[in-house]
Amino acid sequence: MELIVAENISKDYQVGEVVIHALKDVSFEIEPASFVSFVGPSGSGKTTLLNLIGCLDKPTEGKLTVAGIDISMLDRKESATFRGNHIGFIFQDFNLIPVLTVYENIEYPLLMVQNVPAIERSDRIHGLLKAVDMLDQKDKYPDQISGGQKQRVAIARALVTNPKLVLADEPTANLDSQTAHAVIELMKKMKGELKTTFIFSTHDQKIVGEAEIVFTLGDGKLRDQEVKGGTKNGQTL
Amino acid sequence: MGKLFKIAVRNLLRYKRRTFLTASLITIGVIFVLIFISVSGSFKAMMISQITDSMLGHIQIHKKGYVAAIDNLPLNLNLRPQDVAKLEDILNNDADVEAYSPRIKFGGMFSNFVETTNIRLNGVYPDREFKTIPLLASRISAGKKTIEKGEILIPVLLSKGMGVKVGDSVVIVTTNKDGSVNGKQFTVSAILESATGPGGRDGYVHIEDAQELLRMTEMEISEVAIRLKDFDKLHAAGFKLENLLAGDLNQQGKPLFETHSWEKLSPFYHLSRMIDLMTFFIKLMLIAIVLISIMNVMIMAVYERIREIGTIAAIGTPPEKILSMFVIEGFCLGIFGTIIGNILGAAIIYIINASKITFDFAMHQGLILSANIRLTDIISISIIVIIVSVIASLQPAFKASRMEPITALRHV
Repeated sequence: MELIVAENISKDYQVGEVVIHALKDVSFEIEPASFVSFVGPSGSGKTTLLNLIGCLDKPTEGKLTVAGIDISMLDRKESATFRGNHIGFIFQDFNLIPVLTVYENIEYPLLMVQNVPAIERSDRIHGLLKAVDMLDQKDKYPDQISGGQKQRVAIARALVTNPKLVLADEPTANLDSQTAHAVIELMKKMKGELKTTFIFSTHDQKIVGEAEIVFTLGDGKLRDQEVKGGTKNGQTL
Repeated sequence: MGKLFKIAVRNLLRYKRRTFLTASLITIGVIFVLIFISVSGSFKAMMISQITDSMLGHIQIHKKGYVAAIDNLPLNLNLRPQDVAKLEDILNNDADVEAYSPRIKFGGMFSNFVETTNIRLNGVYPDREFKTIPLLASRISAGKKTIEKGEILIPVLLSKGMGVKVGDSVVIVTTNKDGSVNGKQFTVSAILESATGPGGRDGYVHIEDAQELLRMTEMEISEVAIRLKDFDKLHAAGFKLENLLAGDLNQQGKPLFETHSWEKLSPFYHLSRMIDLMTFFIKLMLIAIVLISIMNVMIMAVYERIREIGTIAAIGTPPEKILSMFVIEGFCLGIFGTIIGNILGAAIIYIINASKITFDFAMHQGLILSANIRLTDIISISIIVIIVSVIASLQPAFKASRMEPITALRHV
């Protein structure tokens, strides 16, 4: 069963009197445990698409199914619950909570969203801290660690709830190329270990090559879907 | 919940200066209210005690209609001996009553054989009167602290005005119920300082002298002043007495007695109500201070943390938890301000009492400013501040909880 099925989805925004067509008639499918990248220039619709997949927004037209749920049918609270249980987020600016330590940042979704018991929380967090190599930094606050370390913490936070899907919007945009590569490698490693689907957007060509599937967007349309080793369907979509 | 408190406290400590300033504002408000309540409350209690313990007693019982005509001291509205006996029977069996004193009140002419002026007098049983209004003895500035037959206690203003001293002979002339005039010679046994309130400038004679002077064939009583064991039970005790006396009817089928607490007899009651009103408005000011300062700081907190709100909302934090997070922050701010305010307020009240500051009020000089605060006042103020803190946080917290994560995440 496909993890994500997008059927002719469009997304329009009203800005003043102008209607902006951010996505136009986009269709695709993503299987579980994939490592997917959305690429394209600024304004191509990458972030809009990630927001829709992440249940942060709803399509104007079309049907988007994530983990078997039509996200258009979810109300505000159901969307929050769905995100908390099925989706992890990694942000360009890391978005760690500044008043919480590394450990507490990772603990936050387990405590505030999933109400996981203390012992299980501790086990999961320590496992992830070890996996992202941040165990020795667990008591530090976000302003005491580097950008690359912050993103590793963000990855751990995104994975701690055992989500089916992790969405990363430009996860390497604020990192130097070496750190960016390391972060992508870490995501890839975690995908391998946890069988979690990772979807990230980027316009950094160096890290695009790391993705197994690359969707190329332009002017709100899906222009190309490239599976490692060739273009799916053998033509530009 | 513990984690929410931890996050709230850390967020407050994140902006230490702002938190400190806001909490200081609440603290100052709490201190101000505590001091005002303690000083004004103590002043009020002292004045009530002066009035009730110097002259009025806590409750007075009269014949129906007497109080409406009290300025004339009507002798035809006195209680007859059988009515007084009924009343005494009730008062003797009332556990709330500490003491009571029957009085004959009358007006007369006071003469020192050179000049004559008018005087209002109380004929009393001295022992019972001194028990009912214990501050009467302290008002005696010269002479002996009792009243024998043939003796009179005169107010200090009369003593000064007429040049009368302790031991002088004076004559009281009065008109009795039938309109005939009678006179009697008295020896001034003591000079009485004035007291605030009605009857504060009256003289005293023995009740049997009053009966003789007024040519009463039987002991008719103008009023019975009552002292309660517990002043806080004033209204309950008054209500109980009213009910007990309600069965005694006059010839017109109306109640024979009327019961009045000091509040209905003294104009100071209105002043005490003014103090209560001022206290209420001071509390309103405190509420306004807390409301504005907490709301202001919480609105700022929400605007400064829009992206954070977007992040926690995106990762699935339910809206009600986001709301709780900000409400708890306001709650903690209120608690912090209240605790510090209470500690400093109590310390300042202690310093005021230790300093023994004196002040003058009306005829009273050198009164010591005694600031007392009840635990119930501290608790009620604390509860008000905390509730208002939570209410003030609600609007910003609601705004945060309703924020769309996608919009919040885009916020720069």
